[in-house]
Amino acid sequence: MNVAELQKKLIAAARANPPGDNVPYAFEKRVMALLAARAAGDNLVLWVRGLWRAAVSCTAIALLLGAWAFFNPATSAVDLSQNFENTLLAAVDQSAQTQ
Amino acid sequence: MERTEAELIAAVLAGDAASFEPLVQKYSPRVFATARRYARRESEIEDIAQEVWLKAFEKLNGFRGEAPFEHWLMRLTVRTCYDFLRGHQRNRELAFSDLTEPENDWLERFVAQPEAASENAEAARLLVERVLERLSPSARLIITLLEIEDHSVKDIAALTGWSVPLVKVRAFRARAEMRKILAKLPRDKYL
Repeated sequence: MNVAELQKKLIAAARANPPGDNVPYAFEKRVMALLAARAAGDNLVLWVRGLWRAAVSCTAIALLLGAWAFFNPATSAVDLSQNFENTLLAAVDQSAQTQ
Repeated sequence: MERTEAELIAAVLAGDAASFEPLVQKYSPRVFATARRYARRESEIEDIAQEVWLKAFEKLNGFRGEAPFEHWLMRLTVRTCYDFLRGHQRNRELAFSDLTEPENDWLERFVAQPEAASENAEAARLLVERVLERLSPSARLIITLLEIEDHSVKDIAALTGWSVPLVKVRAFRARAEMRKILAKLPRDKYL
């Protein structure tokens, strides 16, 4: 059998029968709905990603401050509590002095 | 007033997604006709077409407007079809016993008298589809573009993103692969 001839015949058969170009009903509407759904999904993903990044950086800052407070307890703790007390009682002290 | 293609694309890029719909409507027949060359089931064809349009929307900012939108879209379609073929490689062995009766008859007619077997017969169309399904993805793509759709090597290089020498090498291998499959058909029957 002549394989080259068979190949030629079959290729000619494929050429003689091009596929149809019909499009399913409302296909473009389906594509547009998919695109809209995807855009909504993208927004949600952006928010989630942003919040995760914020959470990670907040945790890192909290850990750094915690470590700083832990390793410098004597100076910072006293200063902070004294300053806080002075500020809170400043009004009382002032009124006591005037009297 | 009807907007031009360039205006529609500019509107989509500016954030008006609804302007994409007329483009989908206009070019879907071409996308479907191309997808039907590589997939048989309607559900698969629709999946390919859908994928093409989603990719087109996503990559629209990469369209520079130097060539017509249709060419850019066809490149995207051909590459999506190739990805589909690579993802759906089926059993590529074709035995004579797999053929239907009309296909067998057509082949027998061809073996007995090659000029009597018409290429317009439905059996010939089904047989060539079967043979194409058995080719490797690159061979099928090349045979379809080069032999069936009659594109030039340069066109195929642009459509697939392959270099011209690579297209030539793959075309040579594809023809050999197809001949090998065809040579196996009658041997199964007559030996």
